[in-house]
Amino acid sequence: MPDAVVLARLQFAMTIMFHYIFPPLTIGLSLLMVVMEGLYLRTGDKTYESLTRFWTRIFAATFVMGAATGVVMEFQFGTNWAGYSRFVGDVFGPALAAEGILAFFLESCFLGILVFGWDRVPPRVHFLAAVMVALGSTLSAFLITTANSWQQTPAGHVLVGTGPLMKAQMADFWAMVFNPSALPRFFHVLFGSYVQGAFVVMGVSAWYILRGRHLDFAKKGFKLAFGLGLAASLSLLFTGHKQAVIMALHQPAKCAALEALYTGADHAALPLFGFPDDESRTLRFSVEIPGLLSWLVHGPKGGRVAGLDEFPVEDWPPVFLSFQFYHAMIGLGMAFIGWLLLNAFLLRRDRLFHHKLLLKGHVAACILPFLANQFGWGAAELGRQPWVVYGVLRTQDAVSTVVPAGHILASIAMFGLLYAALFAAWLFVLGTKIQHGPEDAQGGGGKPPLPAL
Amino acid sequence: MDLQTFWFCCLGFLLAGYAVQDGYDLGAGMLHPLAKDDAERRVIYNAIGPFWDGNEVWLVAFGASLFAAFPDAYAAVFSGFYIPFMLLLLSLILRAVSIEFRGKLPSELWRRFWDRVFFGASLGASVLFGVAAGNLIAGVPVDSERIIAAGLSDLLSPFPLLMGLVTAALFAMHGACFLCVKTEGHLQARIHLWRKRILLAFLVLYLVALVSIMARNGSAAEHLRDRPFVGLFAAAGLMLAAGAFREAHLGRGLRALGASSLIVLMSVAVFCGCLYPDLVPSSLDPAWSLDVWNAASSSKTLRIMAAVALIGLPLAVAYSVFMHLAFRGKVRIENTSY
Repeated sequence: MPDAVVLARLQFAMTIMFHYIFPPLTIGLSLLMVVMEGLYLRTGDKTYESLTRFWTRIFAATFVMGAATGVVMEFQFGTNWAGYSRFVGDVFGPALAAEGILAFFLESCFLGILVFGWDRVPPRVHFLAAVMVALGSTLSAFLITTANSWQQTPAGHVLVGTGPLMKAQMADFWAMVFNPSALPRFFHVLFGSYVQGAFVVMGVSAWYILRGRHLDFAKKGFKLAFGLGLAASLSLLFTGHKQAVIMALHQPAKCAALEALYTGADHAALPLFGFPDDESRTLRFSVEIPGLLSWLVHGPKGGRVAGLDEFPVEDWPPVFLSFQFYHAMIGLGMAFIGWLLLNAFLLRRDRLFHHKLLLKGHVAACILPFLANQFGWGAAELGRQPWVVYGVLRTQDAVSTVVPAGHILASIAMFGLLYAALFAAWLFVLGTKIQHGPEDAQGGGGKPPLPAL
Repeated sequence: MDLQTFWFCCLGFLLAGYAVQDGYDLGAGMLHPLAKDDAERRVIYNAIGPFWDGNEVWLVAFGASLFAAFPDAYAAVFSGFYIPFMLLLLSLILRAVSIEFRGKLPSELWRRFWDRVFFGASLGASVLFGVAAGNLIAGVPVDSERIIAAGLSDLLSPFPLLMGLVTAALFAMHGACFLCVKTEGHLQARIHLWRKRILLAFLVLYLVALVSIMARNGSAAEHLRDRPFVGLFAAAGLMLAAGAFREAHLGRGLRALGASSLIVLMSVAVFCGCLYPDLVPSSLDPAWSLDVWNAASSSKTLRIMAAVALIGLPLAVAYSVFMHLAFRGKVRIENTSY
């Protein structure tokens, strides 16, 4: 049987990847819902009301999945990573607790109003609820990204005690919260979520247009989402760049692994793709832009970028996977910009809406931001290895020593089965809701609506 | 009061907030089989519809605050109770999705499946909470390294199981009081009848639990015997249970619900009063117990967290009150309902 560390990592990877299907979608949708309901209040246009109502339903079904799988993450720090919890509790705990106390209460209370309150509270209060839900999920994203960023670029703490009793202690709270990578990573996560929300709204709208259903509804929703998607994917360039520079500065081994830079160089090239080979310490079959990595990190004058050769092999992250994830994310991000710019020209005077092939492209493209977000986090977390807190605590020292491998294996099996079933149920429910369409649909052609459930 | 004790109280407050609120919706889940047809079942789901998710946040906030304020206790208990906690997670997830997904399809088979899941998960979660509380009161084998190495059979010994049963009865009783306020007609009459039965069962179990705590050795039993205020909480619980029975009998639903909420509150107070200053009493050597001082985060962290709690907790209470007022009264099935 694989040892407990490997299994605990596998379980964490599995549960966090599954969890992270949902929050980006709800964060993205929450902003769009605010805009939709705001437009409804301003213009009185009923289409914006049905947009808000429809996407609120999709939001609610997704939110519950995010919340349910999120509790697993919180428990898991204690169950599987007791060593980690003891070590970082003093510093990492407050961010997590603040998320619970400040963000989750806000979010879940106003979610109740948002979903069930249409006929219970005045429209302005309902709109306020939409704003509060968006605010709560953004705050939550900030605090949890901050906590994770502290693992990447730890700051604001001191180490006390020795040997197995060593732990990190809070020295400067604000230095911890605004650790070097916190803000760029938060905005990157936020914009990544907006792209995901936008692509889903565009995809579903495109599907309706293709079917000739709910045309007014679909076109208005599409345009709003398009604006957000374009703005967010362009912004990702800046947050991504900023983050990479900070990484090169604070996590040089991670930077070297993500770019598969085996040998440090003054004019390091930026690989576009390739196959890192640890044995020969080369990047095979690569296409690279000479000097660009140094230029990106240090500016036009260039400068040295550390290579993996400067670190002992036991401190290397898994190069192949982190390189591929990282470049897949970047490739997808670039593709989003290209794809949206192409569409921007056609969107004038609604020409896009007659273009079947492009509309089909939008339906298919729904899935891509999910992948990009997964790849991005995969690179971020794999690239941090073998550390759980970069340069401070190794992953192998962070697990619960008391939990036998067999128990973890059993819980992996449990979560595997449970999550597979949940995923199927979620897709099914979403499919039914989308099939059903907006409640007060004017555009005909669809199936008769199911009885209200 | 020192910072560590303040944080013990904050955690007690979060736990009480959780038990009083999620207690009734766990109870509603256990009483769900009393509904006879789909319309009645929907009434029960929609009685807790706008609330259950917010109620569960109290547990999330409790867990995260435990992590931040007493990381050693959090790490020891969560890793030491690995399998029960995994089962608890399973129950909580299944409960959440059964509420959310049940109504999405008109199929009888689909709905009955999720109904059973909802019942089982609500019962399971309630029993597991009680088992966890029972183990803490009884003491767990915390060793000198602050590690709990206990097998599943140790955790599921008779006393914790008894506590699991009491907790399930407590929440079922509370849920019945809640549902009587939210329902009407035949369904209400049926729940009302069961409410009396469950109240009596709870009273008996509650007495048995108190006696068996007193009869034990160890710090929790001493605290229950020696601290007058803990005894006062326990006695108040008994009197309130009698009061709830009377109010229920007279058909005063809101007052019965008020009484049952106070019973839950008193039960949490007895639990906390029995534990303090320990968080995890060691059954091996009292010197190895994790208490509010030796398991706490640094004073700096506790102070920062206190600021967060002083801002956040009043807001959390305000949200809860606001939600319960906005959705007060009998269940109305609307087109946004489950």
